[in-house]
Amino acid sequence: MKRTISILVENHPGVLSRISGLFSRRGFNIESLAVGVTDDPTISRITIVVDGTERIIEQVEKQLNKLIDVIKLRTLNPDEMISRELMLIKVAANAADRGEIMNIVKIMGAKISDITRTTMTVEVSDSADRLETMLELLKPFGLKEVIRTGIVAIQKGTESLR
Amino acid sequence: MITAAEAMVKCLEQENIQVIFGYPGAAICPFYDALTASNIRHILVRQEQNAGHAASGYARLTGRPAVCVATSGPGATNLITAIATAYMDSVPMVAITGQVSSEMLGRDVFQEADITGAVEPFIKHSYLVKDAKSLPRIFKEAFYIAGTGRPGPVLIDVPVDIQKTGIDFSYPESVDIRSYKPSVKGHVGQVKKVIEALAAAKQPVICAGGGVILADAAQELIELAERCDIPVVHTMMGIGVMPSFHRLSFGMLGSHGVEAANYAVNHTDLLILIGARVGDRAVAAPGLLEQRTRIIHIDVDPAEIGKNLGANIPIVGDAKVILRQLLEADIVENHTEWIDRLTEKKEAFMHPAPAQDGRVSPKQFMRMLSAKAAADAVVVADVGQNQIWTCNYFEMKGQTRFLTTGGMGTMGYSVPAAVGAKLAAPQRQTLAICGDGSFQMQMMELGTICQHHVPVKIVIMRNNRLGMVRELQTLQYRDNCTAVFLDGSPDFMTLAEAYGIPAAHVSSMEEAPAAIDAMLQAETPYVMVVEIGEGEPTL
Repeated sequence: MKRTISILVENHPGVLSRISGLFSRRGFNIESLAVGVTDDPTISRITIVVDGTERIIEQVEKQLNKLIDVIKLRTLNPDEMISRELMLIKVAANAADRGEIMNIVKIMGAKISDITRTTMTVEVSDSADRLETMLELLKPFGLKEVIRTGIVAIQKGTESLR
Repeated sequence: MITAAEAMVKCLEQENIQVIFGYPGAAICPFYDALTASNIRHILVRQEQNAGHAASGYARLTGRPAVCVATSGPGATNLITAIATAYMDSVPMVAITGQVSSEMLGRDVFQEADITGAVEPFIKHSYLVKDAKSLPRIFKEAFYIAGTGRPGPVLIDVPVDIQKTGIDFSYPESVDIRSYKPSVKGHVGQVKKVIEALAAAKQPVICAGGGVILADAAQELIELAERCDIPVVHTMMGIGVMPSFHRLSFGMLGSHGVEAANYAVNHTDLLILIGARVGDRAVAAPGLLEQRTRIIHIDVDPAEIGKNLGANIPIVGDAKVILRQLLEADIVENHTEWIDRLTEKKEAFMHPAPAQDGRVSPKQFMRMLSAKAAADAVVVADVGQNQIWTCNYFEMKGQTRFLTTGGMGTMGYSVPAAVGAKLAAPQRQTLAICGDGSFQMQMMELGTICQHHVPVKIVIMRNNRLGMVRELQTLQYRDNCTAVFLDGSPDFMTLAEAYGIPAAHVSSMEEAPAAIDAMLQAETPYVMVVEIGEGEPTL
């Protein structure tokens, strides 16, 4: 079972290492991790996707809560969250392929961020499974480099974690 | 304006710290310089690890965070074992380390070690001070975090240049850490469920852990047990919660525990865990237990509930507060038949086995030592066979305080921890019980004992073996005993004499009573060497 946990932490040096250290020493699996500062510069938000049983997810939550730097956290309900990940794909593209690639990019709501004589760099921000689709579609042209940021997620509706 | 080093000392004074344990070095010298202007007593240990263990003993007797100090690099890394030990056993401690100069950090300069990084997996919290002005707040927070909720060690790493910086000092009156608000009171709805479960249970058992002692809740626990007629077993960290010969006391559970306790846990229909973290030595097969019985788990640390054992009724909060909530319900129960059944299983505990070979029976010796010891003695057991003999046969009298390292099982704990305990409670008789293996991990502390006149009594159970490993090799490795022979050990009598410490040698049960009397009557430190047969079993 994959779960997305959203965590508000103190924006101090060392916080990320405390969190990642906790995962490695307790044997929890991180599928994805993304971190960035919030509108309050003293608080960062970390989004972690964890794979584990219900019992493991509960332990992850409790152990995270024990860290003094963790202010608040919530495991997001998969049906009630908006999750996004940014991916940059450098794909081999000569003149003959450009049209088809542009077509895919348009259908997927992505954009071309860079272009050379032999490559195109596609930028796409979407849910994790849509990114997988995008990769599948571009693979036949020859993937030269793929970079993903990790998932960020927010609850739908009016509620907020703060 | 004062220096940050002076501010560090003032912070300790504000926290009412009277004794600290440490070992100086270049990176902590500004602090030591400032310390001379204070009335705080500094105990110079002979290795930094022992500063940590001594602080542990001190903290456990006072119930408040105690302080150990070391320099950067190896001084700090030597503290690691003591910090990990304190973390596993939830001992409140503030460790202060010097660090290399801020501008040199990260360049691998002389005696530089990333100590906040190194202790990260086994510390409650840590600080690397980068701004001298933040020192008073950091100290205030460190003591608060170490001593509240589930207690634990906190480390403050202070670069030497920061210590020399001038600051305007004012100690904060209160702490507000937005991310740290430990729960104290038990959820009312959950308390109600516990009361219902208590009323319904036919064969209930209370398992008391170290959390009961940390919360100073022994009195409440005994009251609940007596009123509801519930047998009590305990973990290693829970030893002393109840007098050993109390009608409802059934001893230590687990792989190194006694028959009565394990029988109780295996046949109960309601297990009430209080401040016990269900370690593997206490509960080897939590999965089976979960299936067999209903479980109530009371703990101040929510992460302990469900970590190793699922609970039907979890309650998060302070053990004392929750026990008082339960006592308000005024339930009275009777489980005579169940208790009678368990009492039959107490035989081994009541009659410790004699020696196998005419030397001293470690079990009978422990019973004799405890019978002669003061009712409020502090006894510190080390690790190995000596620990289990002490756990299972040293009689707790209600006021007796038992200390050991239950979680980490750190050899070399007993003597420094006894030093700390004795300094915290000078009027109490303090005994350190160790083996000849563990004694040799800490015998340099005889120097500390002499220098600072700390009259602890050290009992060395000598079998010229690392006895517990020897036994393991005998039972599980085809008796292929290797690397467990302590040939080459010094004559401990002569060693004691070299330090000017009186010593006694006991080689038979007949010699024991007079020797114990002499040791306990002495006002000095004391070393007693007790000869044990090589084959004596742990259990």
